[in-house]
Amino acid sequence: MIDTTASTTSVAGATAPAAGAERADARGAGGRPLRRRGAGWLGFAPFGVYVLLFLAAPGVIAITSGFFDAEGRFTLANFAVLADETIAQNFWNSIWLSAVSAVISAVIGALVCWALSSARPDGLVRAAVDSASSVFAQFGGVMLAFAFIATFGAQTLAWNALQTVGFDSSTFLYSVAGLLLPYTYFGVPLMVLAFMPAFDGLKPQWGEAVATLGGTRLAFWRRVGLPVLAPAFFGSLILLFANAFSSYATAAALISQGGIITLAIRQQLTSETIVGVANSAGVLALGMVVIMAVLMSLYAVLDRRTRRWQR
Amino acid sequence: MTAATAAPIAGVDPTGTTPPSRRPARGRYGAVPSRATGTVVLVVVGVLFAIPLLSMATFTLRPVSGSGLTLVHWAALFDPAQQSNYSDLFAGIQNSLILAVIVVAIVLLLLVPAMLLAELKYPRVHRVLEFVCLLPITVPTIVLVVGFVPVYQVLQGVVGSDPWTLSFAIGVIVLPYAYRPIQANIGTLNLTTLTEAARSLGASWPVAVWRIVLPNLRRGLISSCLLTVSVVLGEFTIANVLSQNTFQTALLLLQQTDPYVGALLALAALLFVFVLLVDVSRTRSIGGRRPKKRKS
Repeated sequence: MIDTTASTTSVAGATAPAAGAERADARGAGGRPLRRRGAGWLGFAPFGVYVLLFLAAPGVIAITSGFFDAEGRFTLANFAVLADETIAQNFWNSIWLSAVSAVISAVIGALVCWALSSARPDGLVRAAVDSASSVFAQFGGVMLAFAFIATFGAQTLAWNALQTVGFDSSTFLYSVAGLLLPYTYFGVPLMVLAFMPAFDGLKPQWGEAVATLGGTRLAFWRRVGLPVLAPAFFGSLILLFANAFSSYATAAALISQGGIITLAIRQQLTSETIVGVANSAGVLALGMVVIMAVLMSLYAVLDRRTRRWQR
Repeated sequence: MTAATAAPIAGVDPTGTTPPSRRPARGRYGAVPSRATGTVVLVVVGVLFAIPLLSMATFTLRPVSGSGLTLVHWAALFDPAQQSNYSDLFAGIQNSLILAVIVVAIVLLLLVPAMLLAELKYPRVHRVLEFVCLLPITVPTIVLVVGFVPVYQVLQGVVGSDPWTLSFAIGVIVLPYAYRPIQANIGTLNLTTLTEAARSLGASWPVAVWRIVLPNLRRGLISSCLLTVSVVLGEFTIANVLSQNTFQTALLLLQQTDPYVGALLALAALLFVFVLLVDVSRTRSIGGRRPKKRKS
């Protein structure tokens, strides 16, 4: 009991000077009177209202709507949707598709970063690769799906070649496994964007130091390069997974009948297909957010370790 | 051992002075691959990545039946007699352009003032602002769309359901892309000192912002606007679920009836965004050093 009061007073004691410092800070710079402060805060109002209406509100609705039934009463019954076989399958499809494409993209992307490190950082090659990477990684979507239809669709060169070995690439492309191709196509550029800063952070002096100490290149990679790059590599890997997991456009353009979780959410939004469950899209959205939250906290931990070497 | 140590020494100037070009000298130790290895890797990956794009390019030149190359699909797009086939597409492009203008306005009139206010007067808000602006990258767009559906049901009663209303939703998706170039630019300046100097020379706050702050932020603002435009032109998820006709949704519809022109426009759009982004990287590299930025 005494302990509690002691701790509250100490907390109060600790916050009091902080509040005082804040006030001094607010009027310190220009010596403006305190009443201006209220007016200044109003400057955030337009942006604040906008964010509340179009980021906070939709976000909160998306993750809480799963807890309410059609009449707006609280319920946990909607979570039955997660037991639905198709939905579970869709979640699983999304997870393995993202994982496999992320691992493949991370390895290829890391190789590209390594190769790029021999190009001049301010040169033409880097600028072109950077811009092309941004296009494919962030703005491709539907248009990349077209590119793959043009590559593997019926009567194309690749289709003809694969047809002779008895593999029909045009139907493969429209399956969940077929999405691996476009997903890797935008995963590799994202890896280049995400991982390149870590590569730039590898100081040439470290290589020189290993060489002066008589180390081989293998020793450099084993003792210096890989340990320093590892957190950045796994952080980027998580980023790739998260990006593939939440991507929608390419899949929607290729497989309209569904098969991955983002497409399932669209289907649940436009037509409630599972009987007895309201707001099933909200439940699925919450499921995605939970997975993303786990990924992002992992990423935050790895990112802190990465930054240690980038100062 | 001798072989291992001989390699780095081969590149080092025996006189002990720093060689004029450091790159080749570093090729044999450390992380940097030799020029040849680097080039081979880049060329192989580059060729693999070029295949779908080249396929798409040759696809637009293929006749509907038979073989050979033809420009008929290119001509069709500009043929007045076939305009009706593409009316949805042109409407979609127009909607996307209108959206781009409104979203750029949202960035310039809502986001930028908030960022400047946080930078100049309320540094404590800075972290909140950064969190809010980067949040949309970690929340999948489709999840936000689940929330947008009821929001837009309400909004419909207030402003109707014209395509331009999508700009509010897309503006949120754009926040991370718009925020980072401006913040990077702010990071290279000492805005507090600049404005205090302006104020002590007698400038009012509006004059200080308009004539001192904004001109200094020009590069960040241009990058941010170009990125915003490319995000808007590439946006598909929100328009698709909310059933609005924009460039991307029209493209997908068109692809089902006329895949050739669909591929043609997709290619053109990719090229256009590529050019925009090359501009972004050029505006960044001109002048002062760009601080290292990372994807969150």
